[in-house]
Amino acid sequence: MKQLIPVINSNDHIYGNEKALIELVEYGDYQCPYCGLAYPIVKNIQQELGADLKFVFRNFPLSKVHPFAFAAAVATEAAALQNKFWEMHDIIFENQERLNIENIIVFAENIGLDLQQFKYNIQQKEQSVKVERDFESGLRSGVNRTPSFYINGNKYEGEWRESELLQYMQGLLIAAPETAQYAMLNNQ
Amino acid sequence: MLATGTKAPEFELYSSPYQKIKLSELKGKKIILAFYPADWSPVCGDQMSLYNEMEKYFDRHNARIVGISVDSRWCHLAFSQHNNFHFPLLADFEPKGEVASLYKVYNNETGECQRALYVLDENGIIRWSYLSPVGINPGADGILSALEQLDN
Repeated sequence: MKQLIPVINSNDHIYGNEKALIELVEYGDYQCPYCGLAYPIVKNIQQELGADLKFVFRNFPLSKVHPFAFAAAVATEAAALQNKFWEMHDIIFENQERLNIENIIVFAENIGLDLQQFKYNIQQKEQSVKVERDFESGLRSGVNRTPSFYINGNKYEGEWRESELLQYMQGLLIAAPETAQYAMLNNQ
Repeated sequence: MLATGTKAPEFELYSSPYQKIKLSELKGKKIILAFYPADWSPVCGDQMSLYNEMEKYFDRHNARIVGISVDSRWCHLAFSQHNNFHFPLLADFEPKGEVASLYKVYNNETGECQRALYVLDENGIIRWSYLSPVGINPGADGILSALEQLDN
């Protein structure tokens, strides 16, 4: 089974309970329509699982087919410097059909970023390097489509467009002893 | 599949409507041969799109990738343009599947290549191979590990 490499670490943007029993990692592309479809599904999972879920989004922009995917990923990293990674993540997916360079600035304005700072940060190399590092970790983890999901470190190969992903994780929670052990090991 | 350590059989296939490419012409670089069932089928598109993003990583290892299927050179051209591919797709079209058969990755029942990967070193020796279930995109982790091991 393909494994998440590296495991969740301090470079990741983590949403939810850091000590949650379930760790869901998505490798995604902001311009990928399937990732757009997955967005509300993941939101629903976050709501359903509450404190039992830790969610991480890693960038996997397919730049050759999605010309704005890389820029969008960089924008989220720049927003993260103002503690608004998830706000930027959300507004991009919620307006995916309007994603382009000009609108990234509009999004930044809408979520209340300091625009001058944001415009400076998106030009900095560090943000691109972070996105590329995510991409490379995806290659090593065996990402073979977007979105690709990893649950507690293992690649999830099943369907996700309906409620399969949620049901799978709910199943893990029922079998909680082993899962809990994993989470404990990982949080040491 | 052909065994690791054996010499990769020579072949010559169309890489574009008017150009043929010989395996031996690629000597001096590591070569990834990505056999896949068909242009336009969803999994193949994903798999080739992924490799299309990896030029930089392959360059790092002095490696080049080529895709091979039984589709014609014109079909490859359209598929390639549609997806903005930056690496060649070779047409194992006439005699159909001859090269795939040579590499033991031809599926007689479907008349298509299997989904199979070979990594060759700079001297054209097979160093790694992988046969993937037909419906599963094998990703790139295996290729990257194989290239890294060759460089170590």
